[in-house]
Amino acid sequence: NEPTLLYTVCVGEENWVDSRTVYIGHKEPPPGAEAYIPQRYPDNRIVSSKYTFWNFIPKNLFEQFRRIANFYFLVIFLVQLIIDTPTSPVTSGLPLFFVITVTAIKQGYEDWLRHKADCSINECPVDVVQQGKVVRTQSHKLRVGDIVVVREDETFPCDLILLSSSRHDGTCYVTTASLDGESSHKTYYAVPDTMAFRTEQEVDSLHATIECEQPQPDLYKFVGRINIYKDKEEPVARPLGAENLLLRGATLKNTQHIYAVAVYTGMETKMALNYQSKSQKRSAVEKSMNAFLIVYLCILISKAVINTVLKYAWQWSPDRDEPWYNHRTENERQRHVVIRAFTDFLAFMVLFNYIIPVSMYVTVEMQKFLGSYFITWDEEMFDEELGEGAQVNTSDLNEELGQVEYVFTDKTGTLTENNMEFIECCVDGNVYIPHAICNGQILSAASSIDMIDSSPGGYRREHEDLFFRALCLCHTVQVKEEETVDGIKRGIHQGRPTSFYISSSPDEVALVEGMKRLGYTYLRLRDNYMEILNKDDEIERFELLHVLNFDSVRRRMSVIVKSSSGDYLLFCKGADSSIFPRVVSGKVEQVKARVEQNAVEGLRTLCVAYRRLSESEYAEACHHLTEAKLALQDREQRLAQAYDIIERDFVLLGATAVEDRLQEKAADTIESLHKAGMKVWVLTGDKMETAAATCYASKLFRRSTQILELTKKRTEEQSLHDVLFELNRTLLICTSGSPHLHICILLSVDCLDFGLIIDGATLSAVLKPNQESAGHGNYREIFLEICRNCSAVLCCRMAPLQKAQIVKLIKASKEHPITLAIGDGANDVSMILEAHVGIGIMGKEGRQAARNSDYAIPKFKHLKKMLLVHGHYYYIRIAELVQYFFYKNVCFIFPQFLYQFFCGFSQQPLYDTAYLTLYNISFTSLPILLYSLVEQHVTMETLKREPSLYRDIAKNSLLRWPVFLYWTCLGVFDAVIFFFGAYFLFDNTTFTSNGQVSLRLPFLNYQRMYYVFMQMLSSGPAWLSIILLITVSLLPDVIKKVLCRAMCPTATERAQSTRPCLTVEPSTIFMLSQSSSRMSF
Amino acid sequence: MMASSYNAKDEDGHITVSGPGGGTLRSKKPENTAFKQQRLPAWQPILTAGTVLPAFFIIGLIFIPIGIGLYVTSNNIKEFEIDYTGVDMSSPCFNCSQNFSWNSTRPCTCTIPFYLDQPYESNVFMYYGLSNFYQNHRRYVKSRDDSQLNGDTESLTKPSKECEPYAFHENKPIAPCGAIANSMFNDTLELFYNNPNGTKSEIPLTTTGIAWWTDKHVKFRNPGGNNPNLTAVFQGTTKPVNWHRPVYELDTDAENNGFINEDFIVWMRTAALPTFRKLYRIIQKKNNMVPTLPRGNYTLEVVYNYPVRSFEGRKRMILSTISWMGGKNPFLGIAYITVGSVCFFLGVVLLIIHHKYGNRNNSADISN
Repeated sequence: NEPTLLYTVCVGEENWVDSRTVYIGHKEPPPGAEAYIPQRYPDNRIVSSKYTFWNFIPKNLFEQFRRIANFYFLVIFLVQLIIDTPTSPVTSGLPLFFVITVTAIKQGYEDWLRHKADCSINECPVDVVQQGKVVRTQSHKLRVGDIVVVREDETFPCDLILLSSSRHDGTCYVTTASLDGESSHKTYYAVPDTMAFRTEQEVDSLHATIECEQPQPDLYKFVGRINIYKDKEEPVARPLGAENLLLRGATLKNTQHIYAVAVYTGMETKMALNYQSKSQKRSAVEKSMNAFLIVYLCILISKAVINTVLKYAWQWSPDRDEPWYNHRTENERQRHVVIRAFTDFLAFMVLFNYIIPVSMYVTVEMQKFLGSYFITWDEEMFDEELGEGAQVNTSDLNEELGQVEYVFTDKTGTLTENNMEFIECCVDGNVYIPHAICNGQILSAASSIDMIDSSPGGYRREHEDLFFRALCLCHTVQVKEEETVDGIKRGIHQGRPTSFYISSSPDEVALVEGMKRLGYTYLRLRDNYMEILNKDDEIERFELLHVLNFDSVRRRMSVIVKSSSGDYLLFCKGADSSIFPRVVSGKVEQVKARVEQNAVEGLRTLCVAYRRLSESEYAEACHHLTEAKLALQDREQRLAQAYDIIERDFVLLGATAVEDRLQEKAADTIESLHKAGMKVWVLTGDKMETAAATCYASKLFRRSTQILELTKKRTEEQSLHDVLFELNRTLLICTSGSPHLHICILLSVDCLDFGLIIDGATLSAVLKPNQESAGHGNYREIFLEICRNCSAVLCCRMAPLQKAQIVKLIKASKEHPITLAIGDGANDVSMILEAHVGIGIMGKEGRQAARNSDYAIPKFKHLKKMLLVHGHYYYIRIAELVQYFFYKNVCFIFPQFLYQFFCGFSQQPLYDTAYLTLYNISFTSLPILLYSLVEQHVTMETLKREPSLYRDIAKNSLLRWPVFLYWTCLGVFDAVIFFFGAYFLFDNTTFTSNGQVSLRLPFLNYQRMYYVFMQMLSSGPAWLSIILLITVSLLPDVIKKVLCRAMCPTATERAQSTRPCLTVEPSTIFMLSQSSSRMSF
Repeated sequence: MMASSYNAKDEDGHITVSGPGGGTLRSKKPENTAFKQQRLPAWQPILTAGTVLPAFFIIGLIFIPIGIGLYVTSNNIKEFEIDYTGVDMSSPCFNCSQNFSWNSTRPCTCTIPFYLDQPYESNVFMYYGLSNFYQNHRRYVKSRDDSQLNGDTESLTKPSKECEPYAFHENKPIAPCGAIANSMFNDTLELFYNNPNGTKSEIPLTTTGIAWWTDKHVKFRNPGGNNPNLTAVFQGTTKPVNWHRPVYELDTDAENNGFINEDFIVWMRTAALPTFRKLYRIIQKKNNMVPTLPRGNYTLEVVYNYPVRSFEGRKRMILSTISWMGGKNPFLGIAYITVGSVCFFLGVVLLIIHHKYGNRNNSADISN
């Protein structure tokens, strides 16, 4: 049974379009093979910068003017340049220039940093084998097909296929901490045919080509094939997978040096492909901001239209149009009236265009950008153990944190510690508990095992042996000797040199450690032989033939080993739901009972089964696997099929139970979120009983919660349809205004608190488009209706994609609620990306979730502060900022509109050029920016203590239309007060004591403002009027606030009044500063 | 905020590439400063009935006396206004307003008698007022050349384009150019006191001191520096079409001639509203014993040059004394009194509300 025979089988004549052929060492293949087609690949230059020195200005300008607001102001500016408009082009050109420059400087600086970083990376030295010698070159000169030498602790310069390493078994250890945060050492393998190369000369003599897929961003997927030409023989083809591919950015560990060949370089490396920006998420505030802008645009246009029409109505008589003192030029007179009217319209547009706040976007951006530092600076969200605080990956969504209505959380690693501890195992119903009291008998770690019931010795004995061996063999744990360890790992002292178990799955570590405590120690994997120290201190060796890796769809993993006696054994461990259907014998009932009991206690259970393979069966399995592994296309699918064929006809051995403790303060956090009006959903791949137990422990479900079940078990008894309707009816009776309502309340007060449990299978049935029974209506709607009425929902047995589906379903429901997803593992990434706000926990299962999230926090408990304090503040701040921006511009421009009635609709601007220019970019944007950075209307402590305050800002409440209308009306009122106040106070009067007439607006275009100020501010009545007008303009707002507070105070206001509060009252101070600046005309 | 998110991600990438990879667990613990932890000391006024109440009462108590003071001051100011447009048949200026023509060389004069029932004690300011005259029309406002008025010799011969169509006349540059200058108010007003013995005595009117100091000394300058011979300086330019005299003949006094003529400066400062008044002359107080304008009959003699009938405008002559708060304006006083009383009234209303709801809130808090 020489496996190489099987390897030579040529695999599928698939379509090769999507693949590339790499000629190792740039050597042509021997004649007879495929034609040598030199392909062109990019060099190994990493370009993360967006701009070059030459294209910065045009490209950056293009990028910026793609924004609708910038483009709008550009158009206004051009209109001002072209036609004769009331205000000089400077008034809109300068703010635009300011905004564009600020943004360009910021982006340019960032790009310069990127250039610098790129440079240092591209020029770092790399050793390449050329003509049998090691040549030192620069990283960016690497090309696909080069053979690279990498030494210990060096970073791989590009994506490489491992050819050989200094270790004898052709493996090397790599840490991908910088790629995905997993600090564990991963093992990579060389192809057996090349692993013997030791020197440069030998490597250089290699004649081979690699065929592989075109670059893909998935870090964990790679399919390829290496064809090795030896003398005149047929080429030998070997499969290449992710375990052969060394990724750029990863670091070589515990291996002196390796030889590897470059397959993806430069921007085609997986790392580079992964750092492309993901899709943009937009916050609800931004959406309402855009809606408000459109309203203001409409106001602007209608103002311009009204004025144009009025102008022509007013000008009907020629004496008004052209009195003797004010003639037109000949040119103007000859222009057609339509053109004149259109020009007038444009002129009015220009005059009133300041109603659109030009600096709003830039101010909002600055606010978000600077404001997000408060999250990273927060000491309370710093985790000593991890040595890290919260991270902000995008500041776009700060205020969205204050708007969350649905929280979707992962269970393992998020709610729980993901710090597994082996609790017990059961073989055929016999329970084994290491290091614990059992039946009054103290069992020490490596001592004998308690047997609860006695059954026929031989059979039992055999199963027990198999069970422990299965657990010792069926895993992907690595053993780390002490001296090579870095990072935080748990050591197991054995008397011999301390060693550590490292694995990407904490369950496996817990199991292997548990086995050790039960007397079976997994020692190491050496030369494809797994060594176990059994209870009798004998070393057993098993040849590891195949590993059928774990994946979350299959929910199990298997190994095929050959024992020293020559038996082929397939060991499999996995979730009970994926094992039981494949079991043909064994004590299923007892094990099942035990599994269920453990699950109820909140333990994570795994079932273990095995299958003895005959030689022919093994050969067949081998054939399936190699064929699938060699396939270049659909490899995943083929592998899954192969696994499905191999993993069947099991004999059940037993089950294990592992405890996963709840995270610190998880229950408190969930309770707070509940009080804040958020609905918390737990989405987990775990089984229902375990998940439910966790939910009870974390207070997601209280004792009083009425649990509704929507599980496969139930739907098997009744049809899905009936169950759905029944649940819906139960809910409706209690929640809606049915006549039974009061009875219901009388019967049980807790009736209104519902929890729903649904499993993956039922969920997919619910979500399946329902074609046959159209008469029964849409399940989806009913399901949503049920969910809406439940305060807590638990979805168990979920595949990663289903998690995203759920999030999407809720997102798309009628109310379009804001969703937040929080998780720590790779299986949560899809839901993190799908939700409005994605939060990653820097957990034990790597950093993928944190990397793909919008915000990353060290622990679940930090979510409370993140949402209740930071989210609340950010929302309040940004909402006030946005409203104020619109308010101030109404306030500014409305007098301009009124003035048109007094100047014959001639587009005479009311303000001086300098004032028009600076009003938006500095006078009124800087104070509010400061305000929006530091405003705290309620103290942090109050916010944390009273989560219900969060309800006050739910549903975008500060940016709803009535509020917007209120602010706009306030703006109009103030504008009217200022305009008519000034009109009456200064009308027809002499203001200065020397009798000179100084009318209100003498600073028409070409006059010097300074003297006007001097004249005005030296007169007493001017000051008196300023005081009066400010008082009047503040009156309505103050009264409204006082009345609202007295009549129907919100929770926030109550919290404010019970406790002395911080910072300034919103509008007042800024209105003051703003009003006084306005009044200075 | 695309840029920053992009940045954050990139930084991430670079740290991973350039750093030694792993093992970079230097303490990133944030500093515990008041600013970074958002614990800056702050003060927030909470607008409750309790806090706002005293403020309202105080505002009321301050504003009402101020308002009364302003109102009394304003009422003490004496002001007399007479419309001499000549719209009515009965008006003495009716003929002049009817027979108006730009080309007439013979000035039309009319005499209007009036009676002051109170003596005017201190300096009296004489204004002319125009109505329905859109000095704030955009085309009008910009029709001037500031650099020309500031004495720039180049602009003198090449007036700015803004002055069109009042920039050139018969191919000669107009000085001062533009619509504003062209339409300068050119009625001449003279005041006579009808002595009880039947004789008329002319009241002396001061022509200087009516413009802003800054306008007279900074903004407006004659071209040619201190050259006293303005005729030579304005050589090659022509007078505005509607003017009777060139600009260098506006006054005999060199300090009040040319562009720095104060009547001209006052006119050039455009009014903001279509109804406006501009200072014309000042009647200086002579001695403390005699009022500047005693009670009695007066005659206003108008040289009627300025047409306003075509645009339905009005012309007025105003005599007014002033106080520290300027001219007569009862509005400010009334506004202060009104706002003060409103605040006081609101204070009372709030007191009631506070009394009713404040207690309820407190009890609610206790029960919570």
